[in-house]
Amino acid sequence: MSKSVIEVPPKGGFSFDLCKRNEMLANKGVNPPSFRKTGTTIVGLIFQDGVILGADTRATEGPIVCDKNCEKIHYMAPNIYCCGAGTAADTEAVTDMVSSQLQLHRYHTGRESRVVTALTLLKRHLFNYQGYVSAALVLGGVDVTGPHLHTIYPHGSTDTLPFATMGSGSLAAMAVFESKYKEGLTRNEGIELVTEAICSGIFNDLGSGSNVDVCVITKGGKEYLRNHLQPNPRTYTSSKGYSFPKKTEVLLTKIIPLKEKVEIIEGGDAMEE
Amino acid sequence: MNFMASKQPENSLLGPEADSQRTLYPYVTGTSVVALKYKDGILMAADMGGSYGSTLRYKSVERIKPIGKHSLLGASGEISDFQEILRYLDELILYDNMWDDGNSLGPKEVHNYLTRVMYNRRNKFNPLWNSLVLGGVKNGQKYLGTVSMIGVNFEDNHVATGFGNHLARPILRQEWHENLSYEDGVRLLEKCMRVLLYRDRSAINKLQIAKITEEGTTISQPYSLKTYWEFSAFANPAQGAVGTW
Repeated sequence: MSKSVIEVPPKGGFSFDLCKRNEMLANKGVNPPSFRKTGTTIVGLIFQDGVILGADTRATEGPIVCDKNCEKIHYMAPNIYCCGAGTAADTEAVTDMVSSQLQLHRYHTGRESRVVTALTLLKRHLFNYQGYVSAALVLGGVDVTGPHLHTIYPHGSTDTLPFATMGSGSLAAMAVFESKYKEGLTRNEGIELVTEAICSGIFNDLGSGSNVDVCVITKGGKEYLRNHLQPNPRTYTSSKGYSFPKKTEVLLTKIIPLKEKVEIIEGGDAMEE
Repeated sequence: MNFMASKQPENSLLGPEADSQRTLYPYVTGTSVVALKYKDGILMAADMGGSYGSTLRYKSVERIKPIGKHSLLGASGEISDFQEILRYLDELILYDNMWDDGNSLGPKEVHNYLTRVMYNRRNKFNPLWNSLVLGGVKNGQKYLGTVSMIGVNFEDNHVATGFGNHLARPILRQEWHENLSYEDGVRLLEKCMRVLLYRDRSAINKLQIAKITEEGTTISQPYSLKTYWEFSAFANPAQGAVGTW
């Protein structure tokens, strides 16, 4: 009886079979194409009564801005929101997935979701994929244990911080935070500081731009301020507005009937071989 | 001559020089320099660290030096190349003084000389591995410029090298304005240096601030900045869930 080894593909997840071959190719100078980073500035900070998250709204495809006003602050739970930097598909998919898992968990337990739950679900998933899911997240929320703010890196490590920044504009935003953050900020002071940090990213980093989104989460509820600040309006707009004709303009109409050149042979055996 | 020829690799286009003569990577490096124009002249700040890879090897490296009567030079990058540049400038200033014509090289001229030196070295694939900041005042005119190791040069109201570009320039762009007083300028520079101290791993808490005005140059004694580590969230990050990280 011959021993037949049936190759069953692994159920779900990535297959790391080609890693050795890729490494060999890289040593010979053949490098794989790199992933497109979206370029972002995302921040979070803890204030007196809760958490404030902020993000810019530019999505880039290499050197081109593909979306001037995208949403980078994702919903996780009524009391938890998550900003995402890195590959847009990865941040969307991973936050959507954990958001659904959290809802199922809420039905199961009958309780409000906790931020550490979202944190653990996200970091387990990201670690499992060894950094290939390129999502760098700033997770913030308020639950029964208080306000929480965490950063999650693509490889799965996390930090718990009073203020955090991620993305290509993180240094510019962090410069603002490090010089101006203090404890016990009020709501308005917090929103102003977050806006200032995002603006610093928008104007000093090429990967970030357009508008500022802010999300304030407190014990009472959340306030999603979409386009809280729009510091990049269109420079020149026509006051008369732009109206274009609804269809292609007709310049000239000329009809030339074609003469029939085909002779019709009546009752012929045209198809016989 | 014979044994030199046999040591050459076949694909070398450099002739008998061989690769050991070219700068390939820096060894002892200094981190950022930050400078700005204020009411009376230029203020420049740099810390005194010289790192050997990831070790903090030297803690009293003076990275800001006066050049002639009218300029200050601050450098980040390879320290030995900075010392070489100081020797070139020394020779330049000496020759200028020998003319004894009552005229002296101003910051603009020194900046131009440095740009030419840096660019020509890079064209020979043997760069001086530094980012330089040149500031000075001559005849009431303030000048602040920068040259990088590949020869990129420009002048501006505030400049920074290395990490300073990412962390200090956003702050300077927001808070710098014309006619800063001396105290305001120093406060602004200290703010930038503090952020760099928190967030640049090669920065140390021992810095010098140099000032140049029409009257002359002053380089301060080394001192350290006050830092704050008492945020309650840093004290007990696992407060909400014991055992988390």
